[in-house]
Amino acid sequence: MGNPGRELRGQRVAAAARRALLLAGVGCTLLLLAGCGQSEGGQSTLHGESDQTRKIIHLWWGMLAAAAVVFGGALLLLAIAYRRRTREGLPAIGQDEDVSTGLVVAFGVVIPVVCLVTLFFISDIGVVNATSAPKPGQTRMNVSVVGHQWFWEVRYPGTTAVTANEIHIPVKTPVNVRLTSADVIHSFWVPELNKKVDMLPGHPNNVLLYADTVGAYRGQCAEFCGLQHANMAMTVYADPPAKFKAWLANMSRPLAPPASPQAKAGEQVFLTQQCASCHTIRGTAARGRIGPDLTHLATRRTLAALTIPNDRVHLADWVANPQRVKPGNKMPGLNLTGTQFQQLLAFLQGLK
Amino acid sequence: MTTALRPDALRRVERLGRIWEDRPGVLGWLTTTDHKRIGLLYLFTSLAFFAAGGTEALLIRTQLIVPNGSTLSPAAFNTTMTMHGVTMIFLFVIPISTGAFGNYLVPLMIGARDMAFPRLNAFSYWVFLGSGLFIYAGVFTGHGPNAGWFDYVPLASRTYNPSSAIDFYALGLIFNSISSTAAAVNFIVTIFKMRAPGMSLNRMPLFCYAFLAVSFALVFALPALSVDCAFLELDRRLGFSFFDPAHGGDVLLWQNLFWIFGHPEVYIIILPAFGIATSIIPTFTRRRMVAFPMVALAEILVAFIGFGVWAHHMFSVGLSTITTVYFAAASMIVVIPSAIQLFAWLTTLVTGRPIFKTPLLWIIGFIVFFIIGGLSGIMFAAIPFDQQLTDTYFVVAHFHFIIFGAAVFPLLGGLYYWFPKVTGRMYHEGVGKLSFWLSFLGSALAFFPMHIVGLLGMPRRVYTYSPQVGWAPYNLAESIGAYILAAGLVLLVANLVVSYFRGAPAPADPFGGTTLEWSTSSPPPPYNYAVIPTVTSAYPMWDVEDREEDVRKLDRGEMVLEEGHETPASTVLDANLDEVLDMPSDSPWPVVSALMITGIFAMLLTGHLIAMCIFLALFALSLGAWHGVEPQEA
Repeated sequence: MGNPGRELRGQRVAAAARRALLLAGVGCTLLLLAGCGQSEGGQSTLHGESDQTRKIIHLWWGMLAAAAVVFGGALLLLAIAYRRRTREGLPAIGQDEDVSTGLVVAFGVVIPVVCLVTLFFISDIGVVNATSAPKPGQTRMNVSVVGHQWFWEVRYPGTTAVTANEIHIPVKTPVNVRLTSADVIHSFWVPELNKKVDMLPGHPNNVLLYADTVGAYRGQCAEFCGLQHANMAMTVYADPPAKFKAWLANMSRPLAPPASPQAKAGEQVFLTQQCASCHTIRGTAARGRIGPDLTHLATRRTLAALTIPNDRVHLADWVANPQRVKPGNKMPGLNLTGTQFQQLLAFLQGLK
Repeated sequence: MTTALRPDALRRVERLGRIWEDRPGVLGWLTTTDHKRIGLLYLFTSLAFFAAGGTEALLIRTQLIVPNGSTLSPAAFNTTMTMHGVTMIFLFVIPISTGAFGNYLVPLMIGARDMAFPRLNAFSYWVFLGSGLFIYAGVFTGHGPNAGWFDYVPLASRTYNPSSAIDFYALGLIFNSISSTAAAVNFIVTIFKMRAPGMSLNRMPLFCYAFLAVSFALVFALPALSVDCAFLELDRRLGFSFFDPAHGGDVLLWQNLFWIFGHPEVYIIILPAFGIATSIIPTFTRRRMVAFPMVALAEILVAFIGFGVWAHHMFSVGLSTITTVYFAAASMIVVIPSAIQLFAWLTTLVTGRPIFKTPLLWIIGFIVFFIIGGLSGIMFAAIPFDQQLTDTYFVVAHFHFIIFGAAVFPLLGGLYYWFPKVTGRMYHEGVGKLSFWLSFLGSALAFFPMHIVGLLGMPRRVYTYSPQVGWAPYNLAESIGAYILAAGLVLLVANLVVSYFRGAPAPADPFGGTTLEWSTSSPPPPYNYAVIPTVTSAYPMWDVEDREEDVRKLDRGEMVLEEGHETPASTVLDANLDEVLDMPSDSPWPVVSALMITGIFAMLLTGHLIAMCIFLALFALSLGAWHGVEPQEA
């Protein structure tokens, strides 16, 4: 106490800290602005591709602006307190308890009430309806998505099409997605197209998917669902209507018999080893329901819910070492001979 | 302070010392019922858990510092992430705020010599220690809880989590809530019945209002959690189906019960911090708190309204729109009492003459972070925004600004503020300020970029992320911030440890405090006050004549209460002297019965039901001894 050298050093430290604080503030703002730029392959909530997400984004920027004003005002008050720390005697308003209480009522009650009521009407009466789930029969197009540990099963009611981790929808068409879960709770979230909705066992939910422009939109499970929650992603492809129709027609077809002898042998490997007990390939005896439907595996761009790209190298790695690529997933390693392994890969790569 | 006492006064003080002194050595700590010693036990234990939770945080940040990190396996990450939450909430923030600060300070502030139920108080501590060790026993045996601190079913059900990890969680939290409930009941009775004569409710320190509100919230919130955990254990161990939709159960029942506890919990965490802020601000601004009655009412209201907002944690589960709108409106209402308190602090600072010493700096940091976390919290009352950003890093940013910035910063400021009172030594001011700035900047750097990476779509609770999604630079910044924050906290601990041995001696009232604890010596004697003070205003330390009169009373032998373990009880509203209570003395039975409870839970966990019944019988016996045996006093 009272050591002037110490006090001085403390003040110097404080001054340096203030400068660092200012830098940090500027840095944070820059980071935030940088964040607005869309990166390739991302899933930014600030990049809206539908009416729903654009409304949420407008809401966000509006709230951020209001919050910045409040924050700036509070910092101003703190700055005033700091500037006046050496003054003798109480300032004019401080002597009158009624005035200071009045300030508390004005800033702590009146202004917040006005702001909150405004926000309530804009967001919770207005935007909430724009983003709510479609009513039955409101959309002509329906998709059913079932969450699994850790992949997305995608079905198109009215067709036999079943796929996984890739949802194709026609562009500029409202699509009702029915959400359920086969095991634990997952959450269906494609941030550029709409808000997230949980997939709960026993409580089916619906969400509207709509995309303005043709493109691929990344989505990811947003509810903690176990070991591989981090590797449970998907892509929604908004296609031109003709392309979508062709895709759906292909997806609905069962397996075409493999062309090459090697692939034919691979089919036998698939059916006689453990693969068929977990996976379905329509048009064959493989009817397993534990893993994803593989009828058109080769059309997908990734494997294991966007964990790795779907090319020969990664496919081989995945089949050989599923527990190293995605630890905890339900796929076991197989005891295959080198020949069997090559045959199986040829078969899988032919599942167009 | 220690002016020479007259022989009569000296004799009385010595007699009080003999009556209230604990046994020496370890036995003294094991059998103590002194609220100050119990507070210190809580402090050291919860700080040890803080170190564990902090280590877990650094492990998480190290894993996420780069995309595809490999510090932790997915399983290790999930346990670390779960234990970080469980530890920080149940084993650090609540025990340090209610257990350490509340225990040490509430009786001192209200001029009492102990808590209303001193042995229950000791029992609370030992049960807390037992429950903490119980939960960590899971971690050390490879069965650390791993379904998140929120532990949603069916992920936590036997089907998807067959190991005993979740049993450690569910039984551990029931175990832990025994401690918190006992402590809360103790605080309610202490605050209502043990206040010094004259300390009517309108003269009670705002700190005590905060603890009163917290205690009521605990008493009503914890049963929801205990019931939820009991249901889960019944499902897991005995095949019930509370949460199994295949047999008529409902997975959302868990979430509803959990958040009926979980949201009041947020206010349970933050209200003690508000209480600390309202203690530190008047001292360092040399002015009364602005709008005292409004702040007192706001503290109570926050705790009350906090029970009506739980479903805002569940906006994405598919509730009907009308339900979400109701809970959004309720969540907006709860903003108002917080805004009142915020602007009461700000107005007090602006209209006072603030001295920016270390404790006040932490409060300033708290105010800045509370505003950031509060504003992002309001955004979550906009339902569509909540549904877009919930379960992303944006919400992680929000609640770290609230729980770390707004709840823990005042606790750390409070450590500095009351350090001289507790130890009789001054901390080092320059190092104190440096520790604040490191922690403040570290926190900002660790938690602010989480907003951005959340807006960029990064979900919570992921053990890794792809380099292609554009989250890497923000995660790097967050991790660096976490290390800086850790350095600040280490510096804080080092400052206090070194000051404990080498700091300048502290006077009774080094800062010009406002509340009664500053009127007794630093550190306080075992009996707290030689004369039970009489209070005539909300700022008793500024009533110099009253405090001088207390000293004269010692000479006259008034209100010394030296016939035994005596402390006055007073009426609930006006604090008129009601009767003189003969308090129970130190006892080995609280620690013994807590040990028996630990046995009960260990046997429940391992499924040895007969052994469990034996422990239950031993527990009943120890309760009998607790109430039957009164050791001889000096």
